[in-house]
Amino acid sequence: MAFLKGKYGVLLAIAIIVLILPVAFPSNYYFRIATLVWISALAVIGLNLLMGYAGQVSLGHAGFFGMGAYAVAVGPTHLGIPPVASALLGAASAGLLAFVVGRPILKLRGHYLAVATLGMGILVAMVLNNEAQWTGGPDGMPVSRLVLFGFKVKGPVMWYWITAGFLFVGAWLALNLVDSPLGRALRALHDSETAARVGGIDVARHKLIVFVISAVYAAVAGSLLAFFDGLVTPNTAGFLHSIQLVTMVVLGGMGSILGSLVGAAVLVTLPQALTVFHDYEHLMLGLMMMLFMIFLRRGIVPTLRDRIAGRVQ
Amino acid sequence: MKLKTLMMGAVTASAVLVAGSALAADTIKIGSVLSITGPASFLGDPEDKTLKMYVEKINAEGGVNGKQLELVVYDDAGDANNAKTFATRLVEEDKVVAIVGGSTTGTTMAMIPVFEDAELPFISLAGAVVIIDPVKKWVFKTPHTDKMACQKIFEDMKAKGISKIGMISGTGGFGKSMQAQCKGVAPDYGIEVLADETYGPKDSDMTPQLTNIKGTAGLQAVLNPGFGQGPAIVTRNYKQLGIELPLYQSHGVASKSFIDLAADAAEGVRLPAAALLVADKLDDADPQKAVVTGYKAMYEEKSGQAVSTFGGHAFDGLFILTDAMKRAGSEEPAAVRDEIEKTTGFMGTAGVVNMSATDHLGLDLTAFRMLEIKGGDWMLAK
Amino acid sequence: MADFLQFAFSGLTVGAIYALVALGFTIIYNASDVVNFAQGEFVMIGGMVTVFAYAAGLPLPVAALLAVIVAVFVGLALEWLAIEPARDAPPVTLIIITIGASIFLRGLAQVVFDKQFHSLPAFSGDEPIRIGGAALLPQSFWVLGSAIVIFLALYAFFNHTLTGKAVLATAANRFAARLVGINTTFVMALSFAVSAAIGAIAGVLVTPITLTSYDVGTLLALKGFASAMLGGMGNPIGAVIGGLLVGLLEAFGAGYINSEYKDAIAFLVILGVLFVMPQGLFGRSHTERV
Repeated sequence: MAFLKGKYGVLLAIAIIVLILPVAFPSNYYFRIATLVWISALAVIGLNLLMGYAGQVSLGHAGFFGMGAYAVAVGPTHLGIPPVASALLGAASAGLLAFVVGRPILKLRGHYLAVATLGMGILVAMVLNNEAQWTGGPDGMPVSRLVLFGFKVKGPVMWYWITAGFLFVGAWLALNLVDSPLGRALRALHDSETAARVGGIDVARHKLIVFVISAVYAAVAGSLLAFFDGLVTPNTAGFLHSIQLVTMVVLGGMGSILGSLVGAAVLVTLPQALTVFHDYEHLMLGLMMMLFMIFLRRGIVPTLRDRIAGRVQ
Repeated sequence: MKLKTLMMGAVTASAVLVAGSALAADTIKIGSVLSITGPASFLGDPEDKTLKMYVEKINAEGGVNGKQLELVVYDDAGDANNAKTFATRLVEEDKVVAIVGGSTTGTTMAMIPVFEDAELPFISLAGAVVIIDPVKKWVFKTPHTDKMACQKIFEDMKAKGISKIGMISGTGGFGKSMQAQCKGVAPDYGIEVLADETYGPKDSDMTPQLTNIKGTAGLQAVLNPGFGQGPAIVTRNYKQLGIELPLYQSHGVASKSFIDLAADAAEGVRLPAAALLVADKLDDADPQKAVVTGYKAMYEEKSGQAVSTFGGHAFDGLFILTDAMKRAGSEEPAAVRDEIEKTTGFMGTAGVVNMSATDHLGLDLTAFRMLEIKGGDWMLAK
Repeated sequence: MADFLQFAFSGLTVGAIYALVALGFTIIYNASDVVNFAQGEFVMIGGMVTVFAYAAGLPLPVAALLAVIVAVFVGLALEWLAIEPARDAPPVTLIIITIGASIFLRGLAQVVFDKQFHSLPAFSGDEPIRIGGAALLPQSFWVLGSAIVIFLALYAFFNHTLTGKAVLATAANRFAARLVGINTTFVMALSFAVSAAIGAIAGVLVTPITLTSYDVGTLLALKGFASAMLGGMGNPIGAVIGGLLVGLLEAFGAGYINSEYKDAIAFLVILGVLFVMPQGLFGRSHTERV
């Protein structure tokens, strides 16, 4: 397990998982689930940079996710912007929003930051729900199929590889970021903001950069989901989705890129597995979440890694 | 080594799967994805109960074409993304031959491409007209559209000489869609919407909005599109504020629980609904009477809850499907689809269904009855 | 003027509910630093147990008492079984545990009860009271009056009893409290019990007005949390004022500005306040020790 610690170890692990899984997949359904895991994991990696490295909680990240998703729906349908350009615009506007609200919001600490981001996410969701002439309202709107170089991108298998590619690049960028001077500054800031400030780190600027980056991750993931599903609904930007993303981060392990993938995988596949319990589905989901967090309190990946390392020593 | 074990596992698993499906050849697998929990559980819960109790009944009576039905139900919690995942699962894993489900327009629209690609007949239980207009080869639906509800209400208003109304709509999928449809067709009936308020699906007090409606001069009636607990609270607040204008509700409140929740505030409320709600009061000669009283008795006995028209949509969907299977003499999807499209004179809880290649709903305005609440019960409005 | 009064009363009634939920958040937060997102489920339990016990034939006051006892039991179980074992976990892990608990309790309620909406008869009838042109329900006065009584009782408890002072001491500095011999484990259990009881009482009081179902908790937790933060986390007076403010903002927003964006108006004000006062209206300023 020690190799999972290094940057390339993590990337290797992701690559192996992505390449091996299709061998075992009996049907398109599995490809769909895996694709959903990759998409969620991408958003979760971004959020993990913010939560795990900069120590800032966002309860409104689904707002950025929704902006990316709706960009590829609204852009081509209402504004005549090509899909890929729409996705880029979506990512850019999510980043811009994060930049604009980031300054005042990130001055807040802890739970105050949580409620401010929550408010921001709810505002985005509310606009998507209410402006029905643009967004189709609560029932959502269709997204036309992506055509690249005259070639229709269709079906879970193709999307499996595309989203896996995005996940891999996203993980690679995140790992590089963590290793960079910015990453080191962030970790200092996570341990103690005051100490970091005294140490000469421009705390506000660093937090803002990570906030913008995490917003862009979420928006790109949102665009991917919208293309993949062929439909967007305001749920993608909703409060419950924000909570889900945060849960994935904490479940997998804050500050662990591999943990982001594991957290996303657990929370996407668990409800599928729990359907056998029928009426007891939600009860079991809540129970599992509590048990995971009580026994693996620092998240699945960091806790298990330490236990295995401990046994080896 | 590890890879080999994994592949061996996969092979064994698929062998088991094949064996499983061979064994299951004498059953017909029907799938369903419903919003059993979440904001639309008001719809999904009775639909789920209805499908389960009638599949059991059909099987006890010998099944369809000599085969037993096997029902697979998933709960999408009202989320379109979940619905699409479960739709894929029904097609790829459960290998169902037909689908009756989709509680909301959002979830239905998410699932349509999956079933169209798989070429399986899909009978939706959701309201909006976009599901079947334009006509999609494999997609049908059983409930009246919200546009029809608007038309029925406005017909009634016009007959009473009402031309200026206020609207208070829920912002959930149902209310929002109906709000838009009603505003669209209002001019056809010479009706002007002078006040247009909304409330959130989970709101617990609508007096501010109703105070504004009360303060709007010249209104002759108020219309409240929405489902769930919202309309009950609107109705209570309406009485609290002492607004004297006639109150129209939509077909979204079509369950006895609305009257229980709104209590005596519900007195005098008018709404369009299927005959199911007034089953006992129908004329004995009414051709729909037998179907609706039968369903009502069965549902209320088995579930211990008051019957709603939403469960009725599932009843209609299931029997339109099984009738088509019987006529086709098989459960082969393409043959069943063709037979569903040929459904004529089917007497369901929603009304008489006459489908065609250009109409995958098959209901007309006569299927709706105008009801009025009197003495704590539904009455056919005069 | 009549409109203004009507909006104000609507806002105060809804606000009182938010205030009680926010108060629950505050009490648990003070004793344990846990933000308990299952707080809304206590309100649900209060309403649903009363409805079902009443339907089973118990008199309303007995049914309500039973509901409060059940909620207190659930609160204690939550503390013993889920929070205590993870005592030393990071705060955000504890938050996820309470979110898990809220999903679990909702899942349990849909099995034990049902997925329908329910109501209770109003305590003093449904005949509206007319004041200055506004029509108010007697039940609103029950809600407001009870909220005031609960708040005064808590105030007396915290400031005039030894146990209450122990809770305050624990909130101020848990380590120091333990050093002077305060049983902090007991204090935590107590805070969960009191919070659960307040939530359940709120649930009983509002069900005749707002109705109840297995999933009313989520929205209440969200609004209650926002109210507590607006007032300043950890300050009971702040929680009450925050709750009333959010309720009033929604009512006036819906009445005077736009009903479609009334929740947005409330959140915009919360954001605005936090930008100017990062600790909320009545929050303690916090210095970090290095």
